[in-house]
Amino acid sequence: MTATALKKEMDTMAEHTTKTWQKVCTKADLVEFSGVAAWIETAEGPAQVAIFYLPSERLTGKGDPLYAVDHFDPFSKANVIARGIVGDLKGAAVVASPVYKQHFRLEDGQCLEDDSVKLRTWNIEFNGEEVWIEG
Amino acid sequence: MSTQPAATPEQLIIIGNGMVGHHLVEQLVDNGALERYQVTVFGEERHRAYDRVHLSEYFSGRDADSLALCDADYYDVSGVALRSGESVMEIDRTTHEVITDQGRYPYDRLVLATGSYPFVPPIPGNDREGCLVYRTLDDLDAIRTAAETATNGVVVGGGLLGLEAANALRGLNLDTAVVEFASRLMPMQVDNEGGELLREKIEALGVQVLTERATQRIEDGDASRHRMVFQDDKVLETDLIVFSAGIRPRDQLARDCGLEIGERGGVVVDNQCLTSDPAILAIGEVALWNQSIFGLVAPGYQMAKAALSTLTGGDIHFGGADMSTKLKLLGVDVGSIGDAHGNQNPGARMFRYLDPIKQEYRKLVVSSDGKKLLGAMLVGNNAVYDTLLQYYANGIELPEEPASLILPQSSGAAPTLGPGALPETATICSCHNVTKGDICATIDDGAVDLAGVKSVTKASTGCGGCTALLKSVVDHELEARGVEVDKSICEHFAHTRQGLYDIVRVEGIKTFTDLIEKHGNPDTHRLGCDICKPAVGSILASCFNEPITDAAHIPLQDTNDTFMANMQKNGTYSVVPRVAGGEITPDKLIALGEVAKKYSLYSKVTGGQRIDLFGARLEDLPDIWSELIAAGFETGHAYGKSLRTVKSCVGSTWCRYGVQDSVGMAIQLENRYKGLRAPHKIKFGVSGCTRECAEAQSKDIGIIATENGWNLYVCGNGGMRPRHAELFATDLDDEQLYRTIDRFLMFYVRTADRLQRTSVWRENLDGGLDYLKEVILEDSLGINAELERQMQTVVDTYQCEWSDSISDPEKLKRFRSFVNDERPDPSIIMTSERGQPRPA
Repeated sequence: MTATALKKEMDTMAEHTTKTWQKVCTKADLVEFSGVAAWIETAEGPAQVAIFYLPSERLTGKGDPLYAVDHFDPFSKANVIARGIVGDLKGAAVVASPVYKQHFRLEDGQCLEDDSVKLRTWNIEFNGEEVWIEG
Repeated sequence: MSTQPAATPEQLIIIGNGMVGHHLVEQLVDNGALERYQVTVFGEERHRAYDRVHLSEYFSGRDADSLALCDADYYDVSGVALRSGESVMEIDRTTHEVITDQGRYPYDRLVLATGSYPFVPPIPGNDREGCLVYRTLDDLDAIRTAAETATNGVVVGGGLLGLEAANALRGLNLDTAVVEFASRLMPMQVDNEGGELLREKIEALGVQVLTERATQRIEDGDASRHRMVFQDDKVLETDLIVFSAGIRPRDQLARDCGLEIGERGGVVVDNQCLTSDPAILAIGEVALWNQSIFGLVAPGYQMAKAALSTLTGGDIHFGGADMSTKLKLLGVDVGSIGDAHGNQNPGARMFRYLDPIKQEYRKLVVSSDGKKLLGAMLVGNNAVYDTLLQYYANGIELPEEPASLILPQSSGAAPTLGPGALPETATICSCHNVTKGDICATIDDGAVDLAGVKSVTKASTGCGGCTALLKSVVDHELEARGVEVDKSICEHFAHTRQGLYDIVRVEGIKTFTDLIEKHGNPDTHRLGCDICKPAVGSILASCFNEPITDAAHIPLQDTNDTFMANMQKNGTYSVVPRVAGGEITPDKLIALGEVAKKYSLYSKVTGGQRIDLFGARLEDLPDIWSELIAAGFETGHAYGKSLRTVKSCVGSTWCRYGVQDSVGMAIQLENRYKGLRAPHKIKFGVSGCTRECAEAQSKDIGIIATENGWNLYVCGNGGMRPRHAELFATDLDDEQLYRTIDRFLMFYVRTADRLQRTSVWRENLDGGLDYLKEVILEDSLGINAELERQMQTVVDTYQCEWSDSISDPEKLKRFRSFVNDERPDPSIIMTSERGQPRPA
């Protein structure tokens, strides 16, 4: 466990906030430049998240090359976002819904085609070989 | 403003349901004239209007339905009464009634579109059994029936229609002869030199050509049914005679009711297509305008437009029409422009070029000062026709050396007239009468590309002959306005799909990462996007055929390719195993049923003769496929932009009409091309006879059995914009068929845009079908060996993607709904309908 992650875990435990860092899977479960889905616990109950792993040196200004957004696609109302194609559009990393192809920014979940639609996002980091999400 | 109450509609009767009569109906429908008129159409034939220009294709596989100019319910849906098979006997101009064999119909306005009839010379014996004409589908049926018991046939008349009829007889496997009264074939269109060349080319096809022959009588023959006796007492024996000695206007109804008729026939009309009775109009081949009958479809359509205008109070007039034509008769190009013989312009000068080896003849008729083109004649090669027509039609000044226009070019390319040189008045699309000025106006009004111009002006949506010219004009005008025609596939690559394909081939680039590092736009993060990634994934698969599920390729794939199944709206997948040719054993059917039952899958038979199993959960896919593979199935690529199915009829094995084993061929083809990734999906059909039960002519590749082998059709489509496949090659043996399809498909893979089906690709292909034939059949680009080799690589490296995946634990890891929970997605809920599961 890295020092940062350990500190975060301790911080969250200490503050007793509703958010908790939780281990979701390992690096080996991820697919480079693509997505997988996982369950996490959140304050509102269990949630399906889509986790994307983009190990590209060109994406800067971010820690680990990981993103976690809603797995639920608000347009098709199906849990499919992790199965979309990832890429970059107008300077931002995005995923395209595999059903109706809308694009969502991975950083903040914003839909590029519809200002009123936004996916939830979560903090996500590597902790050694493990993947942790703050849910 | 209040709405006017609808007045009682006026009765408009159209006599004749040929191409021109039908075009008038379409014009009436499209221009809202049905609010004013209640329209009744009388058609003497039992078929609704059909494409007479392509009548000869009736013998090469097309039927009445495919030649029809509209859908069967077009008239019903449009609210036009079509009375087919009802003959008009009389027009009563005093009571304003049309009298048919079934009743009397009142009219306010009447349009004669009765067309013409074939002229049969008054030769004793011309009414003998087996003496036929070539004009209608029924005529063709009669010819086909008569040909069944005949071994040879004669066409009387060596003009345009005569040569078409000769081609038809040849197609029916008759020894064919053409008898022409004049000293050469096509005397109206070509001169002696051109006629001689034409004769050589047509005789080389095995058709006997007899000129300067006047038939005196027809009597019983010895060896054959008939004997034709000529003016010099020479004779010719034959089983079947088709008269094609010109056409005459069908003006009898007009004569009987006292309308003004020309000296040599034809209902006299003015610029508004009005006859001598202003309640009655005449259009098409029955109408005589300015002492001329126009025996072509384009002027007929122009008359229909003028008639619409007259009927609706507009001011479009018919002002004559140019009779320039280009044709392909018996595979021989013939073109005729303006004063092709040079006998209508005193002082005209002529240039001639004759190549006796290539058998090409070209003639220019120019003004005495050498500046204007007055006419032209082409035999054997129509490549320069379009350019010459522009010089002629627009009065463009000829180059200093007019002969350069018809001399062979050392570069190989025909000299073309740049789009910038055309005046605003130049007609680009003659079917829809669109000028360069119209196109410029459309662009000034905001059209930004070819598709936009086409949808506004309809240019090049008729015969399509002007496609290449239209594109060059549009591109030229856009560029002239400073519009950069951006052909980049997306923001990551400043290349077209074709460009990327060439780069991948030439540089041997095998991964997306390599490609985007070397050729990607540096202003992006170089991750690619959902446009370029699947496109490149497809290109890499077409070129190298590595499994798409390999780590380097998996991020490029759409979800369907990733999971090798088709995602449905609730996030579940459908599974379609390959059932090559639609042939399936009872055991395999049972196996499919067992799997569907075990995994609660909704089962439906597809249009491509397969079985689709819906509602499979992501995590169940590997187990489902393990069982299917154990039962002998392999993946069906229903998820891929790749070969889908080869649909077939049951063929000669079972069907009493079948002439070849269509199922066997379908299986061969499906197994050959399965796994080929392409710009879009590809469907095949194979029919065992011309009844075409496999609907091959609506497929990308259609194959129809003949007595001698296979006829190949290409670039058909069903779906949103149906398109009939076009006949590409005839009577191929099995090997020739594979080779031709190899080349065709690889050329498509190489040159099409992303997600462009063969039908759209074909419509956008400069040079059209002729160009495609030159490339694929004549190897004009010298690439056929390469295309065949590339296809063979794909064939040799085929492997079932599902077999490859279920034996690889790394790849199977992807088939988990959640990386941290083995349970299925609880939000997928099924209910039951008609005894099967469906999404709740």
